Amino acid sequence: MMLRTLLQRAGLAFAVLVLVSPAVLFFVWMLSLSLKYEVDNAAYPPILIPETFAWKNYLDVLESNRFPQFFLNSIVVTGAATLLGLLVGVPAGYGIARMKATKSAIVVLIARMTPGLSYLIPLFLLFQWLGLMGTLWPQIIIHLVITVPIVIWIMIGYFETTPLELEEAAVIDGATRWQVFRHVALPIAKPGVTVAFILAVIFSWNNFVFGIVLAGRETRTLPVAVYNMISFEQLSWGPLAAAALIVTLPVLLLTVFAQRQIVAGLTAGAVKGG
Amino acid sequence: MSDLVMEKAAGEARPAAEQPTAGRRMAAYWPFVLPAVIVVGSVIVFPWVFTIWMSLHEWKIGGASSFVGLANYLRLTTDPRFGEAVVHTLVYTVLAVILPLVLGTLAALVFHARFPARGFLRGLFVMPMMATPVAIALVWTMMFHPELGVLNYLLSLVGIPPQLWVFHPVTVIPSLVLVETWQWTPLVMLILLGGLAAIPTEPYESALIDGAGRWQMFRYITLPMLAPFLMVAAIIRTIDALKSFDIIYAITQGGPGTASETINLYLYSVAFAYYDVGYGSAIAVVFFTLVVGLSVLLLYLRQRTKWTEAGAAI
Repeated sequence: MMLRTLLQRAGLAFAVLVLVSPAVLFFVWMLSLSLKYEVDNAAYPPILIPETFAWKNYLDVLESNRFPQFFLNSIVVTGAATLLGLLVGVPAGYGIARMKATKSAIVVLIARMTPGLSYLIPLFLLFQWLGLMGTLWPQIIIHLVITVPIVIWIMIGYFETTPLELEEAAVIDGATRWQVFRHVALPIAKPGVTVAFILAVIFSWNNFVFGIVLAGRETRTLPVAVYNMISFEQLSWGPLAAAALIVTLPVLLLTVFAQRQIVAGLTAGAVKGG
Repeated sequence: MSDLVMEKAAGEARPAAEQPTAGRRMAAYWPFVLPAVIVVGSVIVFPWVFTIWMSLHEWKIGGASSFVGLANYLRLTTDPRFGEAVVHTLVYTVLAVILPLVLGTLAALVFHARFPARGFLRGLFVMPMMATPVAIALVWTMMFHPELGVLNYLLSLVGIPPQLWVFHPVTVIPSLVLVETWQWTPLVMLILLGGLAAIPTEPYESALIDGAGRWQMFRYITLPMLAPFLMVAAIIRTIDALKSFDIIYAITQGGPGTASETINLYLYSVAFAYYDVGYGSAIAVVFFTLVVGLSVLLLYLRQRTKWTEAGAAI
């Protein structure tokens, strides 16, 4: 009997190992590529841990290619689109939940199904006509396509489950609708705002397709900058892998630290932008 | 909770409990929704309408436009490159739905068990789907490299001859599906994990008393109870696989030749490499119809699975 439970445990441990290793090995290999000189990256059989680490790869990336500029662009685009998305989407989620107009959420659902490129053609023409190209505004505005639906969707779910009694009591005490929202409903739904914020940040940060069309030389976000490194500027693997790791590191850290919120948000809405 | 996604859409059947003051109450909440209506109207609904309008025109960026009726749509039917793109998209989608679904089910069963550091390990497992797709694609491109890539080295360890991966027309789509599966199996796992948590323990207890084996319990209790969640996962996966762009564009740009060119990639070329936005819009409309059509079909199937599931539960 003891042997059997022992065997079962070993089986479970093995299964977990098999499941987790593709993800872990991938990121370990990514780190390894980013810390090796060209000689080691071209070696056969491949080397996992080099004798000398090429920290220079990271310095190269950070110092050249206007990388800091692109990092700043990414922060501005994601930051602005997320804040605007929350500003617009949180009250909307509240209104929709209280009006019991959840049917209108079908617009959000169809937005979720629409390929990102179908937004790009008309908005690209619009931005050209408005003379906005060359600034970060086109990207900030189009990233609302990602952030607003995520926020609305998640907030509807949260406001639907918050109790109405408190709000009704506040109304009887003479509070306006806005005061009720601001001082009663919003504090209760705070965890929902956190979830919406995190997911909006991640999917906006990761977006690539809007950038390749709308970004100019000065207005590239990080994913576009990294892609352009492959095609034009860099051919050696070390700095490329280092750049890729820098781009995705903020998101990976967020995933590790806010894992519970991300899981809650994704299983509640399963909304992904773009 | 993941049911909400579709429940909201399918909520038509549910009659709203109208109260006498409902109208006035509704009006009070309009100011909350108005900013979102304006934003969604201009960045989401306006592009939909304008795309349909453009699709009826011969329209090049920087050139004049003229109304041509359905000519762009007729051109689609005789465009062999579009036909190929449709085939690539469907092959890619079928593979990129089935593989994550199967592996995601297995993963959910494993992560449903209790073991030490479960949360942390689940966090590691989920990382691929949150990572920046372009960054991921770049590293996969290096791993696929026929001479220097680590994948061929790993194959050589188990005695399999080296492959050309994304550099050969036959293996390019399966290789891309490998990346997509690696990336999105965690999402399927998360959805199903929610489903497993919702299954009550009583059926298993009575099954044990009746002397059912593990496989029988999985086949006749777990799987039917999980069916609605599997359908949700299948719908989400289908939408995402059809729309897949970043990975394919960053790794192959539709190549070699046009061997991995899906509708989305062809759409990109037509609109932003050839600047033929009229024709591009027609492709976008057809593509959009395909995505929504397949989703609605799966939704319909889901209603049926729900019905049979309810029948089995009685």
